[in-house]
Amino acid sequence: MKRLKLVTSIFVLSLFFVACSSDDDTPEPVNEEEVITTMTVTLTPDGGGTPIILQTRDLDGDGPDAPVVTVSDNLTTGQSYSGTITFLNETEDPAENITLEVEEESNEHQIFYTVGTGLDVTLVATNNDDNGNPLGTQFDLEAGAVSSGLLTFTLRHEPMKPNSGLGDAGGETDIEATFTVEVE
Amino acid sequence: MRILGLWILLLCSIPSIAQNCSYTLSGKVIDSHDDTPLVGATIIVAGLEKAVQTDLNGSYSIKGLCEDSYSFQVSHPNCITKGFTLTISGDTNRNFRLEHHLEELNEITLEGRAYEKQTETVRENRIREDELERYSNKSLGDVLNTISGVSSLNTGNTVVKPLINGLHSSRVVIINNGVRMEDQEWGAEHAPNLDINTAGSISVIKGANALQYSGDAVGGVVISEDSKTPLLDSLYGKTILSAASNGRGSSITSQLTKSYENGWYSTIQGTLKRFGDFEAPDYVLSNTGIFERNASLRLGYNQIDYGLEGYYSLFKNEIGILRASHLGGAADQVRAINSDRPLIIEDFTYSIDAPKQDVTHQLARVKGFKKFEGLGRLDVQYDFQQNKRLEFDIRRGDDSDKASLDLTLNTHTLLVDLDTELFESIDFQTGVMGRYKENIANPNTGVRRLIPDYEQYQAGIYGIASYSLQENWLFEVGGRFDYTFMDVFKFYRTSFWEERNYDELFPALVIEELDNQLLTNPQLTYNNFSGTVGTSYSFGDDYRLLLNYSLASRAPNPSELFSEGLHHSASRIELGDLRFNSEVAHKVSATFQRDHDTFSFAVNPYVNTIEDFIIIEPIDIQQTVRGNFQVWEYRQTQAQLVGVDFDAQYAFAPNFQWNNQFSLVKGYDRTRDEPLINMPPISLKNEVVYQNTELNNLRLSLQSDYAFRQNEFPDNNFEVFLPTTETNEVVDVSTPPDAYHLLHFRSSMDFDINMLSVLNVGLQIDNIFNTEYRNYLNRLRYYADDLGRNISIQLKLNY
Repeated sequence: MKRLKLVTSIFVLSLFFVACSSDDDTPEPVNEEEVITTMTVTLTPDGGGTPIILQTRDLDGDGPDAPVVTVSDNLTTGQSYSGTITFLNETEDPAENITLEVEEESNEHQIFYTVGTGLDVTLVATNNDDNGNPLGTQFDLEAGAVSSGLLTFTLRHEPMKPNSGLGDAGGETDIEATFTVEVE
Repeated sequence: MRILGLWILLLCSIPSIAQNCSYTLSGKVIDSHDDTPLVGATIIVAGLEKAVQTDLNGSYSIKGLCEDSYSFQVSHPNCITKGFTLTISGDTNRNFRLEHHLEELNEITLEGRAYEKQTETVRENRIREDELERYSNKSLGDVLNTISGVSSLNTGNTVVKPLINGLHSSRVVIINNGVRMEDQEWGAEHAPNLDINTAGSISVIKGANALQYSGDAVGGVVISEDSKTPLLDSLYGKTILSAASNGRGSSITSQLTKSYENGWYSTIQGTLKRFGDFEAPDYVLSNTGIFERNASLRLGYNQIDYGLEGYYSLFKNEIGILRASHLGGAADQVRAINSDRPLIIEDFTYSIDAPKQDVTHQLARVKGFKKFEGLGRLDVQYDFQQNKRLEFDIRRGDDSDKASLDLTLNTHTLLVDLDTELFESIDFQTGVMGRYKENIANPNTGVRRLIPDYEQYQAGIYGIASYSLQENWLFEVGGRFDYTFMDVFKFYRTSFWEERNYDELFPALVIEELDNQLLTNPQLTYNNFSGTVGTSYSFGDDYRLLLNYSLASRAPNPSELFSEGLHHSASRIELGDLRFNSEVAHKVSATFQRDHDTFSFAVNPYVNTIEDFIIIEPIDIQQTVRGNFQVWEYRQTQAQLVGVDFDAQYAFAPNFQWNNQFSLVKGYDRTRDEPLINMPPISLKNEVVYQNTELNNLRLSLQSDYAFRQNEFPDNNFEVFLPTTETNEVVDVSTPPDAYHLLHFRSSMDFDINMLSVLNVGLQIDNIFNTEYRNYLNRLRYYADDLGRNISIQLKLNY
């Protein structure tokens, strides 16, 4: 009988364990820290003038809405521009400037420029990482003859450096944005 | 008393003068309770200083006996030693029967019949301890792979998920020491958190027939049981040390058991396993190391009519995921797939970096039983499990050391089972189950929760009856009902909520609106019926025919219901559906088998028809700022799996045995009339084993492993625009790799250290010819070859 009591008490004990579940408050939301929602390329004409803005913006991140891509104006033939690229995470309030992180970890990042067929522009990175290899958040853009085509910016995380371009850079793509650009 | 009797026998046996001394005595040593052959039993011929051991089949043979009367002492580690006297007058065949302690004491050990005999009308495949020991440094999935009809879905070679008759994850239930594992098993890249070194035997039931455990095992049930403790004063243990060339790692596992005749017993066990980067034939598979640490403790007390046992185990596993498999989007996928070699190959290292998984699983259990006169045996078990899963991705800045996935799952279960003795001819078992589960997703990851916070309440009731009609007919019928209630707090992206029309379907679920997210509180209820009915017919001396129908019903898992976003480790966007209902499977299986000394076989055809089968498949390409990703969406469909498993063993010459296995399964989506994804290709295994008990129990085996190419697969290829070439490139994620053939060699020998200790030395070579191959069921096959040659040695000491 004593033994039966033992078994019974274990039974009761376990019921107690099952019963003591805690009812917490509602969980707190998570804002994606790593998401880059917005990439803005600012092209300032050398010698002054209104900057040209290329932007892609996807406020729901991986959600179903597609990014909104805008190009503010056409490039002028023969004109040189100095370009800067900024990355933002606008799911956070205030928006987080991810460019700072990219520049801080410059050895692990690189931005590549891909000029599509037909488009006559040349881009050259003007800032380097800590090892003296190109980083590319700042660059010079030279607009050539009247033309139009695709211009793609690719941010690679942990590429092989130095490299001869996207072909042998490896790493993972953090961002890839393509703009239709005209030179007039 | 027995020992005394034995000594008398020994003293009385007087060696006689030889007349004709060329007779052979052969036969088997058999467990007198269930007729299973006893492997490794020792037979000593008194007066001749001659000793032999039984082989794999429990067979022995003693040569050079004269026409005389002999005394034999037959012993086995788990049995009471027994003496026999036999008069030899020619070649003699004689089976010795031993009282297998554990079986004899079955009535008074905690491991009652409930965990012994799972089902009578479905073939049960069992892996015994000696086979498990050969896989000491491998995983559960690897050892289950040795069973026909069981393959594995791998992520690299350290995350190995069992795949039973083509089904996996939530459809395969794993029972560890009587406890249903609750370890986020829904994930295809989540390996079972179980150390095979804690198991005394592992059995697989290919269907939902083990209703005492669950009714939702659409694929099957894997049952890991501990080895039993004899009820006598003893202290014994074993240590297995192994080292392997591939991965340059080693593992050590040790176990010590102390038992007393008064009923107390305890076992302590631990395993440590560490491997660095594994290697394919041509290159290092960077970041594929593993570091596993496990420990378990058992303490119990047994008497004739009651008993009590406590058990605790800790399993901690850190697994590196192939670095080259981490991708940024569809364009990266094109690069990775088009390259013959992984895009990232570094020098060998033991360190494990992101991407990696770090999982800690704790299990605590108390159980007890009491026998009641006229009623039967009542078992009560309470268990608590905590699964903590951390997944690390390659991240930027301050987040780089922070987990991207941080889930804690707590599960409490209470089981009450009654094995009745109410009826003379009917064996009736019944029980109830109560379970509470709580999933906590840590919000500090900075990544939206893959699986939401939820609480789940489950209640179940079952009954199984079997009725023996005459000696050779047996009928079995069982039923189970499970109730599940889920209380979920889930943040949805507003854009997704609206795109799915959830805003019109479930407006009441929203409890809070944030900037671009909604907090919702879905409360879901599922009622699941399951059942089984079957018969078993024995005829001839050793033939048996089994026929079974089973109904399994599975509530959708949290991933199927709530996924909505990028799944980093799969590099794709996964979408679940809140509206899913339970998946219901009807499986009909038959088995025709023969158990015989020289030639045994089993043929097991089956048809599994599944209503509302939940599959995930690609539907679209989605553009994000990060690039293009493939979108995979869960949907429900009508599925059917048809297959056959075949096993044969043939002892074609003395000491030689040939083992054969053949498995075939075909899976179809009947609604869309196309093949199902990730169905195992046809597999054919052949093994020749040589074992000589007279030569230090030398065992040599050569195994051939042929995997056919999977020719039936759905076309999930998609196109992606590459700005660098300005072309649309097809991403081939569908085409299965070619067929391959691997050869493995295994050998082992026993050496007696002293009266009580035996040292077993093993040498093993896997993939002898360093063959390059890729496995269709390895999720990383797009990026790298599978493992190259592996030479390993193993030392096992029993004491």
